[in-house]
Amino acid sequence: MKPVDFDYVAPQTLGEAVGLLAGGGDDARALAGGQSLVPLLNLRLVRPRLVVDLNRVAGLDGIREDGAGLTLGAMTRQADAERSTLVRTRAPLLAEALALVGHLAIRFRGTIGGTVAHADPVAEVPAAALALDATLDVTGPRGRRTIAIDDFLRGPLMTDLAPGELLTAVRLPPWSPAWGWAFVEFARRHGDFALAGVAVVLAVVDGRIAEPTRIVVIGDAARCRRARAAERRLVGERPEPKTFAAAAAVADEGLDPPGDIHGSAAYRAHLVRTLTGRALEIAATRGARG
Amino acid sequence: MGSRHAVSATVNGVERTATVPARTSLLDCLRQEWGLTGCHAGCEHGACGACTVLLDGRPVRTCLMLAAQADGARITTIEGLASGETLHPVQQGFWECHGLQCGFCTPGMVLTASHLLEETRDPSETEIREALAGNLCMCTGYENIVRAVRRAAEIARAR
Repeated sequence: MKPVDFDYVAPQTLGEAVGLLAGGGDDARALAGGQSLVPLLNLRLVRPRLVVDLNRVAGLDGIREDGAGLTLGAMTRQADAERSTLVRTRAPLLAEALALVGHLAIRFRGTIGGTVAHADPVAEVPAAALALDATLDVTGPRGRRTIAIDDFLRGPLMTDLAPGELLTAVRLPPWSPAWGWAFVEFARRHGDFALAGVAVVLAVVDGRIAEPTRIVVIGDAARCRRARAAERRLVGERPEPKTFAAAAAVADEGLDPPGDIHGSAAYRAHLVRTLTGRALEIAATRGARG
Repeated sequence: MGSRHAVSATVNGVERTATVPARTSLLDCLRQEWGLTGCHAGCEHGACGACTVLLDGRPVRTCLMLAAQADGARITTIEGLASGETLHPVQQGFWECHGLQCGFCTPGMVLTASHLLEETRDPSETEIREALAGNLCMCTGYENIVRAVRRAAEIARAR
């Protein structure tokens, strides 16, 4: 349960960090909060030759708001985001999701950017960020770019990051207090990895469900996904139980859940449908009663 | 052979130094370099909480930090919680309410609970169970641990 030997370096600037990671290629790993990487190191599931610690790089944390919405620096600790007044008011769905990430001690070290870049298929933060239509800032050897989170998440523990690239910020579009939201998940024990989860943003205008209404489900083996079939059963309809039930019934359409000792594929699909119904009911109690 | 690093941290108020391989965890540095065996290696992947210490005032899993990352940090281990001969309220509560049996989970439990009481003076049972959900105990069934933390909150309020 100890890692294989590696070299460790803690650069103080983003440029240095990018250079070290680019130089190391597949043999280098970035260390953010460590709550996902260090278990992999301890279990020897990853064996990098170089670990580049991002914790001394200035300027990667911080939460700020401007006309374009809310920006969270990638090294923002999950606990700080969870407790931030800006996040609780401008991205309440993210705050609700964060409370379900592991345990508080994990969240005191784990980072917003780290969990998105790690891209665990059942992670809460990527799912909440997808439901919030997040875009991501990336910096690498060839400069800076932005990418929609739906394009960034490529598969289980796989992202669009090229060697040397680092996720530097998560940007969320402006929130409306008229919107409802909910994040629900099911795990066998409190703090365990989720078997299934659902993140909902619900907009109601003149008594009808309107854009932006998004349902993101956790439960697919590869990554969190928009439940488009369920969304199509909502938009234009009244926000009432039979509408929500109709959407929940197809929430697992297109999903490919795994089966393992924690639950069968059919069970996970059942959880997705049930949790979608619950999330929609909860979301309908929040925001404006339109 | 990987790189080696000098680590200097303030542990229980005392400056400690060590030079360790990059792959040495903070847990192993505390235990083996500095002789502070109160934090325990339970699972070494972050699930059990037996390795918890307070780092810059916040509970963290030392099995999930490299020692090199703790350079410059202020750390409180279970050995540093009491004030001389006076037990910390959480230690007193665990004693009065028999909140431990084998003691393996206890340092992590006590430190996590001490942080809870710093943030919440009168936590409800639900809040206590939520705060301690990341600290696993194989002996007690948790009932006396919860009682111990409620008693500790009383003791702390009375002091």
